[in-house]
Amino acid sequence: MSLPFAGALMIYLGFLSLRYGVLHIDVATVWDAVWNYDRSDQGQVVVRELRVPRTVIGMLAGAGFAVAGALTQGVTRNPLGAPGILGTNAGAAFAVVTAIYSAGITTPAGYVWFAFAGALGATVLVYLVASAGVGGPTPVKLALAGAVISALLGSWTAALLLLDLETLDQARFWLAGSISGRGTEEVELLLPVVAIALIVALSMGRQVNALSLGEEVATGLGQRTALVRATAGLCVVALAGSAVAMAGPVAFVGLAVPHIVRAVAGPDYRWIILYSALLGPCMLLGADIVGRLIISPAELQVGIVSAAVGAPFLIYLVRGAKLAQL
Amino acid sequence: MTRTAGLCTASAAGILALAVVGLIVGDFPVPAREAIATAVWDRGSEFDFVINSLRFPRVVVAVLAGICLAVSGALFQALIDNPLVSPDIIGIDTGAAAFAVAVLAVGLDTRWLPYAAFAGAVGTAGLIFVLSWRRGFSGGRLVLVGIGVNALLTAVITYLLVRFPIERVSAAARWQAGTLSSSSWGDARTLAIGLAVLVPAAFLLIRRLRVMQLGDDMATALGVGLEPSRLAVITVGCGLAAAAVGVVGPLGFVALLVPHVARALAGALSGGVLLLTALLGAVMLLSADLVAQRLFAPTVLPAGVVTAAMGGPYLLFVLRRFNRAA
Amino acid sequence: MPPDRAPGPKLRAEQLFADYGGAPVVKDLTAEIPAGEITAIVGANASGKSTLLRALARLLRPSKGAVYLDGADICGLPTRSVAARLGLLSQSPRAPDGVLVEDLVRRGRYPHQRLFGQWSKTDGQAVERALNLTGLAELRGRAVDELSGGQRQRAWIAMALAQDAPMMLLDEPTTFLDIAHQVEMLDLLARLNRTENRTVVMVLHDLNQACRYASHIIALAGGRIEAAGRPSEVVTAELIERVFGLRVSVISCPVTGTPLCIPYRHNY
Repeated sequence: MSLPFAGALMIYLGFLSLRYGVLHIDVATVWDAVWNYDRSDQGQVVVRELRVPRTVIGMLAGAGFAVAGALTQGVTRNPLGAPGILGTNAGAAFAVVTAIYSAGITTPAGYVWFAFAGALGATVLVYLVASAGVGGPTPVKLALAGAVISALLGSWTAALLLLDLETLDQARFWLAGSISGRGTEEVELLLPVVAIALIVALSMGRQVNALSLGEEVATGLGQRTALVRATAGLCVVALAGSAVAMAGPVAFVGLAVPHIVRAVAGPDYRWIILYSALLGPCMLLGADIVGRLIISPAELQVGIVSAAVGAPFLIYLVRGAKLAQL
Repeated sequence: MTRTAGLCTASAAGILALAVVGLIVGDFPVPAREAIATAVWDRGSEFDFVINSLRFPRVVVAVLAGICLAVSGALFQALIDNPLVSPDIIGIDTGAAAFAVAVLAVGLDTRWLPYAAFAGAVGTAGLIFVLSWRRGFSGGRLVLVGIGVNALLTAVITYLLVRFPIERVSAAARWQAGTLSSSSWGDARTLAIGLAVLVPAAFLLIRRLRVMQLGDDMATALGVGLEPSRLAVITVGCGLAAAAVGVVGPLGFVALLVPHVARALAGALSGGVLLLTALLGAVMLLSADLVAQRLFAPTVLPAGVVTAAMGGPYLLFVLRRFNRAA
Repeated sequence: MPPDRAPGPKLRAEQLFADYGGAPVVKDLTAEIPAGEITAIVGANASGKSTLLRALARLLRPSKGAVYLDGADICGLPTRSVAARLGLLSQSPRAPDGVLVEDLVRRGRYPHQRLFGQWSKTDGQAVERALNLTGLAELRGRAVDELSGGQRQRAWIAMALAQDAPMMLLDEPTTFLDIAHQVEMLDLLARLNRTENRTVVMVLHDLNQACRYASHIIALAGGRIEAAGRPSEVVTAELIERVFGLRVSVISCPVTGTPLCIPYRHNY
């Protein structure tokens, strides 16, 4: 798959995301909604007010999850490194539910910073737990630490949800992982964060390549590994945190996309990161479109669709030869 | 050995003491002497209903379920040689929860709950077996496949929680946290039957497990047939977890935490340490349930929330141990 | 109770092929392990030494041919009955966290215990003997992961001894040990062979140690036997050149009289 094709695919899926949903809208109306907006046309309003923000958020969150996954996999040399597995989602969920419960925050835009902070805290904690002890953060240790901390945060989240029916009702839709019903406010808040982190990430390919050969080799090649790790870590947290804040806990985009990319782009992280930034949006938007159509007129949240596709993918990956000796 | 025996005696005494406290305290306190009399011989007592229909079965269920969970966790941790493994992490509990939540969400009679949960746990265990079998078992692969299955089932639960009306969803959420509040003698009987079969089996497997802990090569050299032994350990471990989850719901962290405490107190795995693990499981669940009932009385928390809260200090404990080992 | 074990089990590989799911690592190999002796398997890296040992210990199922223990195909025998005759020490084994020396050694008694059987007097005696033979009686209450490298290796040997098998297979028992501990380890094995008549089969990296301690050498190259026999008869400069691609001068060791290989400088 060539780079232009990946770019074209992303744009095409973005276009589909504007057209399809409960209401199918023809191409001309979509065009007008974007270029000659007419408030009196119902179709144009749907496109402009609902689907444009949804599509933009899908793209940003998809790129965020996927690039965060690619960086994590490269820096930790761990094929299971991905935000969802490392507790990011559970951390964000816990923080958001806490916010709803204790501060009575009810708008997705209000969740954003809580989600961000929760994602950051949980990821750092998982990494610390997994890298303690002999052998550093091996795949199994990382996955287990992530699972344990996710379970812990998950039960605390459950406790909060139990204490208050209102909170449960508010939170359950956000918790499913969804990019619908979001306004432009989140985009305005997080676009700069995602953009800067993406640019830094895209410029780090060479350093990640060296690090993926191992700490000693990278040092031997004259790299300041601590600095690279810290920068990569900041990028991961900024990207995954923003993505969770926008789309809720969507699992598996961050895990699966870098692996698919590796199959088409080879082992060079300069390309892996770039392709991830293009194919991440494709996967998230694709899952979202499927979720809109599959039980129409109701909708399936994008988090559910991506888990339904991603979990079998994870199992396939684990059964593959590369991880067989775990 | 004497140290282990002493610890076991102390734990057994602790269970008795906690059980008596469990009979005494509540919204309707019963004097100690009357409580014991009513439970043991005095059928005509005015406290008969409170003691023999509410509190006594609840205490017995806590003891039995605690034993099931703790022994199950000890088996898994020994098998996979990782202190962070337990049946709840690899998806057995989630499988039970998915089925149980389905029962609640579609509005079936709650009397089907334990059966649905048990079926879910056993089905999930079977699924994990099949998916992680690839020219034999490997512990790491089992964990990772389990995490994948866990994610998939979580998506199913999320879907159910989003799809159905909030009243039913809230009942499901309550069950999901793990609670002993509606325990009956029927539940106790179910658990006792499971326990009578599976706990002796667990003790018979200990000798084998002690050898399997030396690594695959050494275990083969000492005459342990690896695949049948692993299958036996997983079957017994899953059976114990399924029995407990079917009755008390996916009560987290007992299976994870208790074997650790037992090992820290009494040393490497042996029959005596397994006995201590079983007794400590009962202690933990009994005390967690008491705290859950009385902490915010008259609001009763699910016991699972309390056991999860104990998970935080546990993680710090693991971190410290790992650091010392390094 | 130093048991009288002569003549010991007979272990034989016949037209053996073994692989790890790819090209064969051991090819058409036929060898006999002499009972009551010390056999060393030597060869260059990737010559199939460990693979051969693993096949002999039934850890690896041959793709063709077979390993025979007392005349029966080892893969068809009940694994416990093999364990009663054949002990193994794999390369750098790992003890479970916090396990004590005595507890580790006790686990070696597994093949002698029945499902419902109690810990017997024989079991206790075997453990005591193993601890005494390896000089670990004093350290029995210590945790294995707190021991030094040499002590830890001895603890594993003690575990294999408690298994009470007349034949022991060891995969590079001296790796990660310094020279003093290497000699200590090999002396211990030689003593076990001498006083208890145990058959010892080991993979060794150090050619001179192999010549010094073994009475039988199997030299492998490319998965095939290049030579087998007494070190003094088979170890020649010409053999070493064929097996390792290294030119050496073979002299007689001034201490033991066994062959000693001194490499020439490599000419690039």
